[in-house]
Amino acid sequence: MKKYLLSVLLLVSPVIALANSGGVHLDRANIDPTNKESLQRGARTFVNYCMGCHSAKYERYNRLGRDLGISDDDIIQNLMFTGEKIGDQMDISMTRAMGKKWFGAAPPDLTLVARVRGIDWLYTYLRTFYLDDSRPFGVNNKVFNNVGMPNVLWQLQGTQKAVYETVVDDEGHEHQMLEGLELEEAGSQTPAEFDRTVRDLVNFLAYMGEPIKQQRQSLGIKVMLFLLVFFIFAYLLKKEYWKDVH
Amino acid sequence: MGMLVNFRDWIDARFPLTKMWEEHLSKYYAPKNFNFWYFFGSLALLVLVLQIITGIFLTMNYKPDATQAFASVEYIMRDVDWGWLIRYMHSTGASAFFIVVYLHMFRGLLYGSYKGPRELLWIFGMMIYLALMAEAFFGYLLPWGQMSYWGAQVIISLFGAIPVIGDDLSLWIRGDFVISDVTLNRFFALHVIAVPFVLAILVVVHILALHEVGSNNPDGIEIKKNKDENGIPKDGIPFHPYYSVKDIVGVVVFLMFFSFVMFFVPEGGGYFLESPNFEPADPLKTPEHIAPVWYFTPYYAMLRAVTIDIGPLSAKFLGVIVMGSAVVILFFLPWLDRSPVKSIRYRGPICKTMLALFVVAFITLGWLGTQPPTDTKTMMAQIGTAVYFAFFLLMPIYTRIDSTRPVPDRVTG
Repeated sequence: MKKYLLSVLLLVSPVIALANSGGVHLDRANIDPTNKESLQRGARTFVNYCMGCHSAKYERYNRLGRDLGISDDDIIQNLMFTGEKIGDQMDISMTRAMGKKWFGAAPPDLTLVARVRGIDWLYTYLRTFYLDDSRPFGVNNKVFNNVGMPNVLWQLQGTQKAVYETVVDDEGHEHQMLEGLELEEAGSQTPAEFDRTVRDLVNFLAYMGEPIKQQRQSLGIKVMLFLLVFFIFAYLLKKEYWKDVH
Repeated sequence: MGMLVNFRDWIDARFPLTKMWEEHLSKYYAPKNFNFWYFFGSLALLVLVLQIITGIFLTMNYKPDATQAFASVEYIMRDVDWGWLIRYMHSTGASAFFIVVYLHMFRGLLYGSYKGPRELLWIFGMMIYLALMAEAFFGYLLPWGQMSYWGAQVIISLFGAIPVIGDDLSLWIRGDFVISDVTLNRFFALHVIAVPFVLAILVVVHILALHEVGSNNPDGIEIKKNKDENGIPKDGIPFHPYYSVKDIVGVVVFLMFFSFVMFFVPEGGGYFLESPNFEPADPLKTPEHIAPVWYFTPYYAMLRAVTIDIGPLSAKFLGVIVMGSAVVILFFLPWLDRSPVKSIRYRGPICKTMLALFVVAFITLGWLGTQPPTDTKTMMAQIGTAVYFAFFLLMPIYTRIDSTRPVPDRVTG
């Protein structure tokens, strides 16, 4: 097993070097974590389009409702479809084994995905699927090459095709480089509307990665102010005691 | 009041309470010229206490089980009241501990605090540093994220590089052929009981040794050589209340930095909490780039700097030797330094240059250790490693030939 792991490590090491030298340009997500409506729309998109295959098993439905300003009734009627209880975690019935069989890799749990990938990566990833007949689901992705996931948002976005440019490397070989993507067939949303849909979804994923973020920051400001006041007294106390030290 | 005095006397007849209070606080005379660098000893103690207390609360909800560990950390972050605060305090505290300890050790280098009669004090301190590294290493596996798993995998595999016994040794450490539930359980035991226990004892011993010889100071003068008619050092002031009130100021400033990280950037830019660690450990999926946490990276860079095999000894094994020696050599510092003066203030240009180079090398190595290796970076790491060792190995020579300035009898400013 150890030898196997080591050989895997050796095999992937050139890939690691490549992955780090390149680095695809990421679009800025520009999310607004204080915008409750955006978060609610993101939650709706997440439950409707992502939760077929991806769980969010560290987040609870009622926690989501509390943080996003949705009542338990509204949650039960609009976001819960399979008879869970309101305090349940947002798990799915598809097992990892099934996921692996169907997609080649088990769809990961998405509770913490924003903390693993970063919001700009997610925002770019979800918008850069393009048609590629060589892939099992007919699409490939600009930032996650040969990803196993289909473009689940295609009805909203439409389909995109890749535009290549030919570049010549140092040794005179010609390569096809992905230059950009262009819309081939429009979806039900305009590109601007679709960007907003994805922005809302990423906003929601960022929230789910760390539900206490807002609370942590607001508490932080109070703590810093307290320490500032405490500092004045501590400093004056020190000065008073040290008056007689020469 | 009378009752309180009676109560104190009752205790004093049975336990040396007043005696200890006086010996270590109200009649422990510390030099009056401590500067900025002297805050970090008490701050290290503060962080230790913080880590122990937050650690106790974390163990109440953490599950040392490979199938539950990751989820239990998220449970703490989401479902336990104030769990997120305790967890961030503990994770920020780990990095803060090393920052404070590195600055505390650098103070020792600046003012020659390791020189006689403080050799044992320095060695106990180094033992604390070693225990701290072990504590951090064991603790980092517990969240059972991708970096926990693969970081531990890399470090344990280093033992495998030792000729003959290597494979058996790493098997013995893991308790399994791969890092598994068995490894997690034993690391948990070591992290929450064995090492903290050793750490606490060492800290007590470190402080006892300090109070026996007395504190050094930025001038490197022995204040005990200049006593008044009552036997009190003329340049000394009682630790309490003078330094206890001064340290409160230091604590508040430290807590401002600490709180800033904890409340606003708990990931520390990916250095305190690495982003792959928000993904559960997967033995079949290697992260793109494995780097140890920042406080180990200088040594990790030295390990990777060794790229040539010598005879039957592999580069990896030699790298392990270099890495180990980099830590061990610090223990010998009191005997490597032959300068007649302690403090950098009265040393010559060679000592000052060497210390500056050492700091640059250590920080550069730390940065290199976080980076994927390239030819240029490996060469930089090799130069850095050479400078690191030159600082110590050439010390007996350059500290002797370097010029010095006369040391005053009494402390200055």
